Amino acid sequence: MAVVKADFGVCQGYANCVMAAPSVYDIDDDGTVVLLKAEISEEERANVEEAVNSCPVSALSIEDE
Amino acid sequence: MTPADRSAAVVIVGASVGGVRTAQALRRESYEGRIVLIGAESELPYDKPPLSKQFLAGQWAAERVGLLTEAAAEQAGIDMRLGSVADHLAVAEHQVVLAGGDRIDYDVVVVATGSLARASPWAAESGVHVLRTIGDSRALADDLAKGGPVLVVGGGFIGAEVAATTRALGHEVTIVDPLEVPVGRVLGVEVGALFTDLHHRNGVTTHFGSGVESVEGRAGDLAVRLTDGETLHAATVVVGIGARPNDGWLASSGLLVEDGVVCDEFCRAVDAPEVFAVGDVARWMHLGHGESCRVEHWTNAVEQASCVAHNIAHPDELRSYRPVEYVWSDQYDWKIQIVGRPTRATRHQLIGDLARPTGPDATKPRAVALYADESGRFTAAAIVNWPKALIASRKMIAAGASFDEAVTALRQVAETPPAPARTPA
Repeated sequence: MAVVKADFGVCQGYANCVMAAPSVYDIDDDGTVVLLKAEISEEERANVEEAVNSCPVSALSIEDE
Repeated sequence: MTPADRSAAVVIVGASVGGVRTAQALRRESYEGRIVLIGAESELPYDKPPLSKQFLAGQWAAERVGLLTEAAAEQAGIDMRLGSVADHLAVAEHQVVLAGGDRIDYDVVVVATGSLARASPWAAESGVHVLRTIGDSRALADDLAKGGPVLVVGGGFIGAEVAATTRALGHEVTIVDPLEVPVGRVLGVEVGALFTDLHHRNGVTTHFGSGVESVEGRAGDLAVRLTDGETLHAATVVVGIGARPNDGWLASSGLLVEDGVVCDEFCRAVDAPEVFAVGDVARWMHLGHGESCRVEHWTNAVEQASCVAHNIAHPDELRSYRPVEYVWSDQYDWKIQIVGRPTRATRHQLIGDLARPTGPDATKPRAVALYADESGRFTAAAIVNWPKALIASRKMIAAGASFDEAVTALRQVAETPPAPARTPA
């Protein structure tokens, strides 16, 4: 099962993840990423990989558990 | 000269973010052939945005700006060849020829050589810097450490970031630009003037509307004579007057090169479909804009790398590349993001206030400037310190919203009280 993680202290609120995978990521009023879910489906994986890849500060990751 | 390497490969020339991300994305796309990544610098690949900010300020070490370690390259099966300068491209032979004479065969080559800082037109003995590479950033930091006033030539985003960083380090800072409102070039004069005010509020002197005539002296003791006759003194001068595509090495290739490698909508060179280009050096046909574009932004390099990798790995299902532009800049206590192409706008509207704190906790100013083209479409936005406005703007521009819809939606965002803090689901 794939689980999404975020380093909230590193996030700068660039929002590339929200554009790549809006069902998984949002940004709060302070400009920090919000994980809308913990586990992702296989269908969501490509978009989440795009989000992880497009984060300018490498704050995001996927872990297979 | 060594014999040519005969096994087939994708060869990527350039090991900055566009090249590294193309290599990594090829593996994600299940490309199983050889990947050779050629980098001119002997440094491990590194990321450039922090070089004018956290790295220059000494807050981040070199490891933190790294893009690809030896171990990660080996694990991904990327044959990384650093300190290798590509001399020219032999298109008919399908070979990249290195400066030492070595030839590397390719099935597909990706040109990812980025851009170069425009050199200072003013020669002094020492103490005049440009900022593009990690070496540039280190050399500048060394001079800054000796103290003294800093003069920045160029009031664009690199210049403004250097001014903000050096000001925070305690230097006396002056910015010179021949335009009365430098940021007005991108965002219009009204919004651009707010960026000038930001420098003043942070104790930086601006000398806008006059150019530089000459720079003389040496590090620690430089005299900068302006076109209006005034002479300013500085210990260190930083010249941030733009970049040009690093495409000179392709002059003999026969490829069409016009301010970048000219590519089709799939990012393939128009005269050689086995040659792709990515990042600052690529000039491709953007079908959404109906014209060829070249973009010097980090997010563009990353998104274009994904598209190019897909098109190499899946030549039977080519994707056209038509992104919405996105760039950010951090200056003083402003986090600035620009979406789309405000330079092409015919009108704009500012929502929020950049002169005083207006955010949810009233510690920082926040605003969004919305831009429209002449057909009334919402085409661009500039956002300061306002994450919700950033997301709404990016989504609406991508969806092709009208300017009127955008103004209404962003006013609603402005009136919505902040949500209570959420925790991960």
